[in-house]
Amino acid sequence: MTPQQFRDISYNGLWKQNAGLAQLLGLCPILAISTSMVNAVSLGLATILVMALANLAVSALRNFIPYEIRIPVFILIIAALVTVVDLSFNAFLHDLYLVLGIFIPLIVTNCIVLARVEAYAAKNDPLTSTVDGIMMGIGLVWVLALLGGIRELLGAGTLFSGIEMIVPGLSAWNVFGDDYPGFLIAILPPGAFFALGCLIAAFNAINANLAARARRRPPTAPAAETPPAEPAATS
Amino acid sequence: MSARYSATRTSLRTASIMLVFTAVFTTLMASTYTYTRPAIEASMQDAQMRLIDEVLPPGSYDNALLDDMVRVGPTPAIGLEDGGRIWRARKGGEPVALIVETAASDGYAGRIAMVVAINTNGLLSGVRVTAHKETPGLGDYIDPKKDRRKDMPWIGQFAVATWKGVNTAEWTVRKDGGTFGYRTGATISARAVVRAVGRATAWAVEHQDALFSAPAGSTLGAQP
Repeated sequence: MTPQQFRDISYNGLWKQNAGLAQLLGLCPILAISTSMVNAVSLGLATILVMALANLAVSALRNFIPYEIRIPVFILIIAALVTVVDLSFNAFLHDLYLVLGIFIPLIVTNCIVLARVEAYAAKNDPLTSTVDGIMMGIGLVWVLALLGGIRELLGAGTLFSGIEMIVPGLSAWNVFGDDYPGFLIAILPPGAFFALGCLIAAFNAINANLAARARRRPPTAPAAETPPAEPAATS
Repeated sequence: MSARYSATRTSLRTASIMLVFTAVFTTLMASTYTYTRPAIEASMQDAQMRLIDEVLPPGSYDNALLDDMVRVGPTPAIGLEDGGRIWRARKGGEPVALIVETAASDGYAGRIAMVVAINTNGLLSGVRVTAHKETPGLGDYIDPKKDRRKDMPWIGQFAVATWKGVNTAEWTVRKDGGTFGYRTGATISARAVVRAVGRATAWAVEHQDALFSAPAGSTLGAQP
């Protein structure tokens, strides 16, 4: 993998094709889990693990998978890996499992994993596929963290509530004090749509702004500093 | 003819590949399951013990509490449509307390499952909600982990309630003329929990002798 490839994969995963904001493939976990920052980030971390493993496995086996039955095989591989991750969390990280337990099986239904396996890992070598899985996962995690943070802050007036289930001894940060009345809709499902809508609007505005600035730049400017990113090999 | 032959061959080949993948990944899952099962069972016992420690002081009994368990059949009186478990705490062989699984079906968002520890004298030792779907930030204060008053969680008030001291009509929230407090804006969750705890306490006190004398591990039939 060349450094250029690494940059492209990272840029795609973290920003340009961000699973949460651009591909909109992770709506199920994004809406259900982002009621608090700790929940959101925890599930995001489990998703990174599954995506990296699934991309690695599919990419390594891609020459043995007939095109006609690739989808059932992919689902089989993803479901098996999620089961393994689920059981391992339950056995070895039981406290974290008590928080994430009900969400880990949901990763199977998460379209991002299947989408990356189908669009990327089935066509690329194991190393770049694994990096792609990790970067796509990190891209999802920062969106989930932001969304969970916004909803938790508006809805309950706290940040990091539930952190004691992951790091014993830490406690939630009561940002607005004990008298904050709460803003219920931010925690309820509609709040997830509102907050995600605002985030997507901001994402699009920033992209439009960047594009406009790139157009205004005189063609004589040193072009070497930002070569235009390759269009995603996968979209 | 050869096209058909080739189609059959392709299908068979594809099916065999699918079969191999299924076998390999099923083996992977099965071996992970076998390998992790002892650790998972140990963790589940730990978690159950931690829950029981929250409702009953660990020093107040000396038997192997998790093993001294009876199952009850469907018992609608305490919300157990599918039956549940009851642990018996004893000290020096003498009955000390019952830990009863119970549930309220009239929560704001469906079933609220809880465990209630009741001393043999009718004194409540503690209550913990184990599963619920009450509104986050509003009704979920019934779970002390979500209660924002960490110094005086709502669920703590049960620790001082005695069955004899509180008569049947008072097992509800103050708004309905009962004895128990609630948080403004979310009465339904609190009312459901209080009433279910009251029902479980009355039931446990009434059936105490039968519950303590049943052999460990046995299943009592459906209760009225």
